[in-house]
Amino acid sequence: MTKIIRYVFYDLLRTRFVTAYTLFLWLITFALFQLDNDGGKVAVSLLNIVLMVVPMVSVVFTTIHFFNSYEFIELMLAQPLARRSIFLSEYLAVASSLCLAFLVGVGLPALVFSLGMVGMTLILTGVLLTCVFTSLAFLASVVTQDKARAIGIALLFWFFFSLIFDGLLLWVVYTFSDYPLEKVTLALIALNPVDLARIVLLLQMDISALMGYTGAFYQDFFGSSMGMIFSIAVLLLWAILPLAAALTRFLKKDL
Amino acid sequence: MLSLSNVNKSFGKLAVLKDVSLTFEAGKSYALIGPNGSGKTTLIKSVLGMVLPNTGVISVNGKDIKGDDQYRKWIGYMPQIGRYPDNLTIGQLIDMMKNIRAEVTDVDEELIDAFKLYKLYGKPMRTLSGGTRQKVSAALAFLFKAPILILDEPTAGLDPISSELLKEKILNEKRKGKLVIITSHILSDLDELATDLVYLFEGQVQYSNLVEVLKQETGESRLSKAIATMIKQKELLHSIAP
Amino acid sequence: MKAFLLVAVIFSCVCFSYARVIKADHAHSIQQAIQIANPFDTILVTKGVYKEGNLVVQKPIHFIGEDGATLDGENKYEIFTIHAQGGTIQNLIFRNTGIASINDLAAIKMLQSSKWNISKNIFENCFFGIYLANSSHCWIENNKLTSDAEAEHQIGNGIHLWKCERVTIQNNWVKGHRDGIYFEFVTNSIINGNHSEANMRYGLHFMFSHSNEYRNNEFINNGAGVAVMYTQKVKMIGNRFIHNWGSSAYGLLLKDIRDSEISGNDFKENSVGIFMEGSSRNHFSDNQFEANGYAVRLQASCDENKFERNNFKRNTFDMVTNGSLVLNQIKSNYWDRYDGYDLNHDAVGDVPYRPVSLYGTIVERMPAAVMLWHSFLVFLLDRAERAMPAITPENLKDDFPSMKPYAVAQ
Repeated sequence: MTKIIRYVFYDLLRTRFVTAYTLFLWLITFALFQLDNDGGKVAVSLLNIVLMVVPMVSVVFTTIHFFNSYEFIELMLAQPLARRSIFLSEYLAVASSLCLAFLVGVGLPALVFSLGMVGMTLILTGVLLTCVFTSLAFLASVVTQDKARAIGIALLFWFFFSLIFDGLLLWVVYTFSDYPLEKVTLALIALNPVDLARIVLLLQMDISALMGYTGAFYQDFFGSSMGMIFSIAVLLLWAILPLAAALTRFLKKDL
Repeated sequence: MLSLSNVNKSFGKLAVLKDVSLTFEAGKSYALIGPNGSGKTTLIKSVLGMVLPNTGVISVNGKDIKGDDQYRKWIGYMPQIGRYPDNLTIGQLIDMMKNIRAEVTDVDEELIDAFKLYKLYGKPMRTLSGGTRQKVSAALAFLFKAPILILDEPTAGLDPISSELLKEKILNEKRKGKLVIITSHILSDLDELATDLVYLFEGQVQYSNLVEVLKQETGESRLSKAIATMIKQKELLHSIAP
Repeated sequence: MKAFLLVAVIFSCVCFSYARVIKADHAHSIQQAIQIANPFDTILVTKGVYKEGNLVVQKPIHFIGEDGATLDGENKYEIFTIHAQGGTIQNLIFRNTGIASINDLAAIKMLQSSKWNISKNIFENCFFGIYLANSSHCWIENNKLTSDAEAEHQIGNGIHLWKCERVTIQNNWVKGHRDGIYFEFVTNSIINGNHSEANMRYGLHFMFSHSNEYRNNEFINNGAGVAVMYTQKVKMIGNRFIHNWGSSAYGLLLKDIRDSEISGNDFKENSVGIFMEGSSRNHFSDNQFEANGYAVRLQASCDENKFERNNFKRNTFDMVTNGSLVLNQIKSNYWDRYDGYDLNHDAVGDVPYRPVSLYGTIVERMPAAVMLWHSFLVFLLDRAERAMPAITPENLKDDFPSMKPYAVAQ
């Protein structure tokens, strides 16, 4: 399995896309730090990158890569290798190269310009979101034979978690605004990896003071080590569950 | 060596393989032919474990392949279109395959030499022409001295010299007692290579016998003619007794 | 004792009809000096630490300290309790008053007194620093009050006035108290040039205190900022409200404030620049709101307030309100978010600016919606609302937005 990972990984690292993505992240992060001396504002801009750009690039790139390596997967399948290890190797290679791009592009500048705890959280959530959306994209790739449709489904995942889910959340808040909603919304947030990452990040920044009672409640929860473990665990689940579903599908799939 | 019994496969409502039972023996080479959509590729993919049959048993060396992946070490496969990670070079790809099959130390690099692939070792796969890819695919199929060779359109897209080299290689391997299964639309090639013929039509085995027997039955000396006659006979029979 | 008597005799002889100077030192307690002093005598407190418990002053006396003259309350006592008309307390160091939950123990407590000058004193770890009740015509200047208490209940206010009038509080420095400066029922007073920093609760806190003027003060990093309530005819001019940050901190909280003027102030880095409710007929002009979470939270219970010539820069929300009916006037302010145009180059934008964003409105109505902060949805909502206003109050707008920021005094 490590053998396959190594080769897919080399292959990915040599594609211009991963390099371009790394450079893009690096330039943006660097420019942000150059333009603004206020670490807090840079962190807010980086937050938008982590929440919007990283998931989108992850789903699109992963889906395209999956279909581009379809024949390679076939080649591997003709070898005495288990489907499970071929699939997981693909996942690990893609996820780790995207994570590496993120770490070099955003993580390094953030460390150099010492963003402290906020920077650490940014890096952690960025990496976790990359894994989550790579995993969702793999799921999208195995449920259909058609590349265009798979990209469509993958983008739909992204769109759903970035926008539609929040719309539903707003509707819930609006409809039940007479009730204490903190615990309910906390549970709902756990159903969306992007929201969860966003809240965790916001609470690390001092703008959380503007979040009033709701913010204080979340601060209480996420500020504790239990809350941190909870968020990381939920994000990991968000990476593992779709991947497991995709794997199950892949094991029974005709290629 | 390789047998299928009562294999059925359908994609949705479309039945692609209908109750296919076949036995392939070592030391023989089989031409697997049939029109487009007859189920050839599905049959090959089923043998390779890429397509999972709905019912029926496929066994290699007497062992059911279901849930197994190690049996594939007995199979050398040459796909119709070989696509590989774009950024790997030929050398890296061959190294990778050797790496994956590290247990095989005694490798067969005859085709690599014959096609002079070592001259192109530094070239990334994405820069290769279709023909060169074919050569790489062929070289990889024979690399591990697998006793079963499955070749999907092996000579399509190859230049005449390479094509001859490959055919030579196939015959040599057959003589060494290997089982060779070839699909091809180039019937003249099959004439040289095949000892047996399997004709698939609409997912069913219409004909399976020695090439010699077919030639005798049809009274034709060339395989292409013999097949054409056989198909006409079949169609005639079909129209009389559906 | 001999020297003391000598001085006393000389003074009583030579200057019988004039005020005497009485020295308090390690041999002669301040208590004794107070006892023998006549009204308007001066007690010169020499360098040293005096632990004399509670000193009750019931006649006008001028207390002047040499450098280093320290009155220590041993964490048990109130130090000065004054009930007299006229006097001075100058250049003394007060430290370690007692802490009590029932009595407001202070370093200097003044009851029904007037015409006192309290200046250049230092207060360290006093429960209350300067405490005036029912007093008037006092002058509190250049004092420095610090405390390192850790919780609100362990500490009283720095400068505390209750039912006073005509008091001047100037150039004092207060840090680490509960409220830096506290007024209740105080009228016609001037608070000028004070610095109030890192107090547990409010930097400045006043209620029912009409017709006062607050000028050029600095309120920095206080637990809950500045809160002013139930008052009319206040002038707050040229003050700085800096970094009062926290989920319940306000640069300036206005509750039931009427007919007041708030101008030339600088609100910077507060979680809320100004929060106002139930306030009417106030005039906000020439203020600078920069890098606040909310620059202004204007509750619908406010009416006839006027905002003009203010600068709004880099605030997360420029303005939010909780109602749809707006009875306040907002005009000719500078908004850094304004993206309109000025065709006739008169430095006034040609299309109105709406300072209330849709998301700001949603959060005001449904606080739980705050969890959508910085989400893509919110970004889109605000864009859409700017293009087609539907939910934000129709008439909450600045019809004459300035294209350029105003030069405001810093």
